[in-house]
Amino acid sequence: MSEDSFLVIALAGNPNCGKTALFNSLTGSHQKVANYPGITVERKSGRLTTPRGHEVQVVDLPGMISLDARSPDEEVSKEALFGTMNGEPQPDLVVAVADATNLERGLALVLELKSLKTPIVLALNMMDLAEKRGLLLNLDVLSQELGVEVLPTVATRQGGNAGLIAAIDHFVELPPDRRGSKSPVEWKVWTADQVQDRFRRVDEILRLATTKPLTPATWTERLDRVLLHPVAGLAILASTMLMIFQAVFQWAAPLQDGIESGIARLSQFFLTVLPAGALRDLLLEGVLAGVGGVLVFLPQILILFAFVLLLEDVGYMARAVFLLDRLMGSVGLHGRSFVPLLSSFACAIPGVMATRTIENKRDRILTILVAPLMTCSARIPVYVMLIAAFIPSERVVGPFSVQGLVLFGLYLMGIVFAFFFATLFKRTVLRGPNPALILEMPTYKWPHLKNLRQGLVQRTVIFLKRAGTLILSLSLLLWFLSSYPKVESNQVSEPPIYYSYAGQLGRFLAPALAPLGFDWRISVALVPGFAAREVMVSGLATVFSVEASDEAAQSTSLGSKLASSWSLATALSLLLWYVFAPQCLSTFAVIRRETGSWKWTAFSFGYLLVTAYLVSFLGYRLFVSLGWGA
Amino acid sequence: MTMRLNELLKGGRGRVIGHADESVLSQRLLEMGFIYGTKVEVLHEGPFGKDPMAVRVRGSVVAIRRDEAKMIEIEIEGKSNR
Repeated sequence: MSEDSFLVIALAGNPNCGKTALFNSLTGSHQKVANYPGITVERKSGRLTTPRGHEVQVVDLPGMISLDARSPDEEVSKEALFGTMNGEPQPDLVVAVADATNLERGLALVLELKSLKTPIVLALNMMDLAEKRGLLLNLDVLSQELGVEVLPTVATRQGGNAGLIAAIDHFVELPPDRRGSKSPVEWKVWTADQVQDRFRRVDEILRLATTKPLTPATWTERLDRVLLHPVAGLAILASTMLMIFQAVFQWAAPLQDGIESGIARLSQFFLTVLPAGALRDLLLEGVLAGVGGVLVFLPQILILFAFVLLLEDVGYMARAVFLLDRLMGSVGLHGRSFVPLLSSFACAIPGVMATRTIENKRDRILTILVAPLMTCSARIPVYVMLIAAFIPSERVVGPFSVQGLVLFGLYLMGIVFAFFFATLFKRTVLRGPNPALILEMPTYKWPHLKNLRQGLVQRTVIFLKRAGTLILSLSLLLWFLSSYPKVESNQVSEPPIYYSYAGQLGRFLAPALAPLGFDWRISVALVPGFAAREVMVSGLATVFSVEASDEAAQSTSLGSKLASSWSLATALSLLLWYVFAPQCLSTFAVIRRETGSWKWTAFSFGYLLVTAYLVSFLGYRLFVSLGWGA
Repeated sequence: MTMRLNELLKGGRGRVIGHADESVLSQRLLEMGFIYGTKVEVLHEGPFGKDPMAVRVRGSVVAIRRDEAKMIEIEIEGKSNR
């Protein structure tokens, strides 16, 4: 490695300036996403090898309005630029990125960044869109007035960054003493007058450098007249959400089936080639089942991520926040809580991870607390099995059956209670002023496929790394608890799980759960269900010694067995339990990581547990009094 | 005639003449471009209680709640607030 491989180039700019697209096109697939130490702000860095063979490190700083930081994201950008962050090198060169179609705020930030004294160049991004809207700039004048080199870029076009890369090459080839200072500067909060002066100066610069001004964003205005319309806009938002739901569940189904049968074939293979014993059990029932448990949700999560990325990329997400802010605000949530809560319908884990975009810490914790109440897809196998076994399939009104209405009711219950608890927490443990909503509504853009693909790969890798490892290790732990100690099955009367650690724990808890109508079998099956909610189904199958060749057959034969041994009241009580109960340890491991606090992790676990217990208890009493207890 | 930005309805226009105080919020609004002399126009209102509002300011559109818009003092020219 030569010395120049250590040069650090930081990309800094407003949100929505196309900074990430520029970063993606500069670094290609040579990217690394990690957390800044101690906080949950993502640090994206990558390697760029220039045509002249120099290697530099590129860091994509979180979007910022100003150096006067107001959010964890902005704080990171500021600290990184000042070189005051531990273990984070101060950049040698700052590439200020400004959206050429929205120059005023971008240039105001450039003037601010100049106060850093670090060498700086300006990438005038989305130049193609600006030119399409008639903008003619005299770049020489602009560069002269700003006092920085100006390089037009089109991040989304092949070769659209040639000028910027050439400038980087030029900078790297300068003798080190001519690259400019990295001497630390002291940060002073701007006064209101300074901010105003900056904008006046930008006005002056733009007056001098603009040959032909930008025409209005006609298409965005036309689209917004429909998409932000109080009635039509809400209807379109609702249909968009429905479509995403539909896609998450329907498109993913064949993929999930494929993954399941692949795992089954693989375990069949190991079954034949490996000798029976503890190692084979570990591999098949522990590792393979655990990996399968992670992979089987991946299609849904991928589809969900793809839609979220697409909506963000085209600029619609800000509109969704605009439409829903007041509604969410009425229960104490933030407009930005929308995406995390929507994600939680697939799985609470990516939902909790998505709360990073919420700037205010209280709002973020509030969203994390209620996210597990959204009905995630792991509850569906449990719901479906119990509903099919206990609820009559007759139709009541038009196309609606009792079974469908019960399922819908369970979903609705989760949402209603999420809003209830959000309101409650906002008035008690998370009381505080509502933070401001100041959100730029970007102009609509065509999605850029390469960019989407890169974003999708990035988020998937993050999910697998951060959540996959957790889910896998917890599955292994719970598999161990439900399989050991081993007993000889011909010497005992109950199924082996009865004697395992999980069985012992379940039987120990059984008296506490008896008032909910749960017998020891349910208590025992709930324990492996902590690995993932749907594992409860196979847990019950083990307890009831149901042998079946595949999952559907297992669900049906288990269902008929349950129907003959449980009362309707017990089944309904278990359904209620599943709406609330903190039956997924991975979710809480992720909550611990994202909040960095055991206190909030314990609080979320505790309030869900208490609610589950109370609702199931009251429900069970009610159902028994209705005569459903026998 | 002077008023606050939160009193403007859809289609209303004005010019920023000041901020109510010098809080953190005021500073961020300045950084978003609501500086004195800037023209503003309300383009859209939220579906519930006409809140938040989407305001055109300096060539971009910014969504803010009426509660925050209270900060911004504006001047209405002629009868532009139809």
